[in-house]
Amino acid sequence: MTTKYRKTQLVIVAEAALEKALVRDACALGAQGWTVVDVRGAGREGVREGAWEADRTIELKLICDEAVADAIAEQVMARYAADYSVSLTFSEVRVLRPDRF
Amino acid sequence: MFDVVVLFFGLGVLARWVKSDLRLPEALYETLSIYLLLAIGLKGGLELSRQPLAALLPEVAACLAMGFLIPFLLYPLLRALKLPAPDAAAVGAHYGSVSVVTFAVATATLTRQGIAYESHAPLWVAVLEGPGLVAGILLARRAQRGSAVAQGAPGSRWSELLHDVLFGKSVLLLLGGLAIGAVAGDGGVAPIAAVFITPFKGMLALFLLELGLVAGARLAEVRRFGLAVAVIGLGAPPVLALVGAAVGWALGLSTGGVAVLATLAASASYIAAPTAMRIAVPQANAALSITAALGVTFPFNIVIGIPLYIELAKRLGP
Repeated sequence: MTTKYRKTQLVIVAEAALEKALVRDACALGAQGWTVVDVRGAGREGVREGAWEADRTIELKLICDEAVADAIAEQVMARYAADYSVSLTFSEVRVLRPDRF
Repeated sequence: MFDVVVLFFGLGVLARWVKSDLRLPEALYETLSIYLLLAIGLKGGLELSRQPLAALLPEVAACLAMGFLIPFLLYPLLRALKLPAPDAAAVGAHYGSVSVVTFAVATATLTRQGIAYESHAPLWVAVLEGPGLVAGILLARRAQRGSAVAQGAPGSRWSELLHDVLFGKSVLLLLGGLAIGAVAGDGGVAPIAAVFITPFKGMLALFLLELGLVAGARLAEVRRFGLAVAVIGLGAPPVLALVGAAVGWALGLSTGGVAVLATLAASASYIAAPTAMRIAVPQANAALSITAALGVTFPFNIVIGIPLYIELAKRLGP
């Protein structure tokens, strides 16, 4: 049986305008890697179709230690939640090479 | 009669209105916007290669000043409409900056009517993109002095903002196209003219179809914001067109040139400005600025405004 290690996956859905800032913050707080995909959808603030620049939404996926995920989430809430729509979810994932996350 | 490209815009709005499933792939939108910026730049660059650059300095200086001052001109008016300070600053920035597609429709209309304009006009577009954004940010900062921007928040660094404005895709591609056109000249551009020059108007039509879809969605938002957005979207362009026409007239531009500068002053950015303002003035209501700029002002300008501005330029004489 392959050995697997527990890590926390933090998924942040946010306006595309925030991508650079979010990635910078996450890396500064200890995230070793990140994945971004363009998404579209709707929330309390309305529909975001992603058809043009100002209407784009991203999903930033980070896999890291729980403490790092918590620190990133705290900072995101403090810096951006007041003025931007952001949504954060946590889940437990299992990885094969823990030193990479 | 409208220019044919405007009809494509109408088709896009109609498609949205009847809830059609028509949707242009995002990659096509991106490709078309890059194409239009480069092609507009290239065409202007060809003309630039025939001119002494120093002769253009007064025009560049006037455009810089005009773009920078428009938000300051609009700010008190917007505040009088009871807009909160960050919103007034952000809306001002959108109108201080310019819409490249409005420019393209104006020049297409002039060409069709046989009215000459300065072929290096794309240089004005590139120069006008940035100053309005900087002015909008200054206004927002001035209004929120005391409640300092959170340390490390995305919009707090000037160097980063200037970088994003100067090297953002619109300015980069316009200036890049201008430089390539100027360096390569007619002979150099001839082999790529089949892509960048000849099919331009067809591409513009396709892009306007997409913009119609986007603006159509915004039209529905107009009701949400009510009278303020209609007053801004319909009121700002004619006032600003007068400013642009006056500047063009003072610079001694041709009739077409005056019409182009009036159109540029009247137009509002919906590519560079929303992105820059979202980062620099996060407290501002982004939907308000975009609805005014794209939902109201853009259709107004391409349908009613441009013919008016051309008429105004004709009245002012050469």
